[in-house]
Amino acid sequence: MKLQTATRLGLYAVLELAREPERTLSAADLAERFGVSTHHLAKVLRTLGAAGLVRGGRGAAGGYRFTGNRRRTTLMDIVALFEPAPGQRAKEPGEDTEIGSALQRVLTEIDEIAEATLRSISLETMLKPAR
Amino acid sequence: MVTIRPAQASDLSAISALDARLTGVGKPAYWQDMLAPERHFLVAETDKGALAGFIAGEVRAWEFGQPAAGWVFAIQIDPKLRQRGVGSALFEALVARFKEKGVTRVRTLVDRKDHLILSFFRAQGMVAGPSLQLDLELP
Repeated sequence: MKLQTATRLGLYAVLELAREPERTLSAADLAERFGVSTHHLAKVLRTLGAAGLVRGGRGAAGGYRFTGNRRRTTLMDIVALFEPAPGQRAKEPGEDTEIGSALQRVLTEIDEIAEATLRSISLETMLKPAR
Repeated sequence: MVTIRPAQASDLSAISALDARLTGVGKPAYWQDMLAPERHFLVAETDKGALAGFIAGEVRAWEFGQPAAGWVFAIQIDPKLRQRGVGSALFEALVARFKEKGVTRVRTLVDRKDHLILSFFRAQGMVAGPSLQLDLELP
C-alpha cells in the first residue's frame, strides 16, 4: 500500500507526539527526526492542528504537543485527513465497461480490507510495546 | 472487579439473553454446544453474581491446513460494563488455558466492518493471520 508523503508524515508526527503527550517538539525537531523539510512538515502539522490532534507551534521554535485521544484515534482518522475518501475518487476512464467494473470490484475489496485494518488500530495499540 | 470462571448450564439463559440483546439473534442451542468438554467457555461475573461477559474457544488442529491454534469463537461484554478490562480479562484467561494445552497461537475471525471488536483484538496484540477468508453467495 502506497501512502502519500503528507499522510506518512502525518502518521509519523502524531505517533511521535502521542508517544509522550506531555512533551513538546517543534516542527524543526520533527522534520529533522524524519529527514524532511520543516516547511513540508509545518503544512502537515497545520492539518493535524485543524483536526484537533495537535496544538501549538507559535513561531519557528514553537513546540507542538499531542491533544487527541490515544485510545479513540485510529490510524484511519489520520490517513483520512490526507488521502481522498474512496467515494470522492474521480471516475477512471473505462470504469463503466464490464471489465472496468469487474476490476473495480477487486480494487474495492482491497480498499475495504485496508480501511478495516487502519480503522482497527488505535494510537494506543500502535504505541504499545510489542510483546 | 469481575471473577472469571468456567461457564455452567445454569449460566446459559443469561449468556443467551446477553448475546441475543447484542446481536438480535437468539441461539441457545449454539451456546449449549459450547459447554462440550473439549471447549473452553468462560464467564465473567460481577461481585453481585451478574453476568458481565463471556468468551468461548477451542484448540483445533489442521483446520484449513493450519497447525494447532486456540480459536476464539465468541466474546461478548455487557455494554454497561465495557471499558473496564472485562474483555481483556476474559481473553487473557482463555489464552492461559490455550497455553496449558500447548498451543502458541490464538486465532479468530472478525467481521471487517465491526471496528469495535476488530480494535479489541488488535489491542490484545492480534495481527492479520496467514489465511484469507473467502465466501460465495449461493443462488
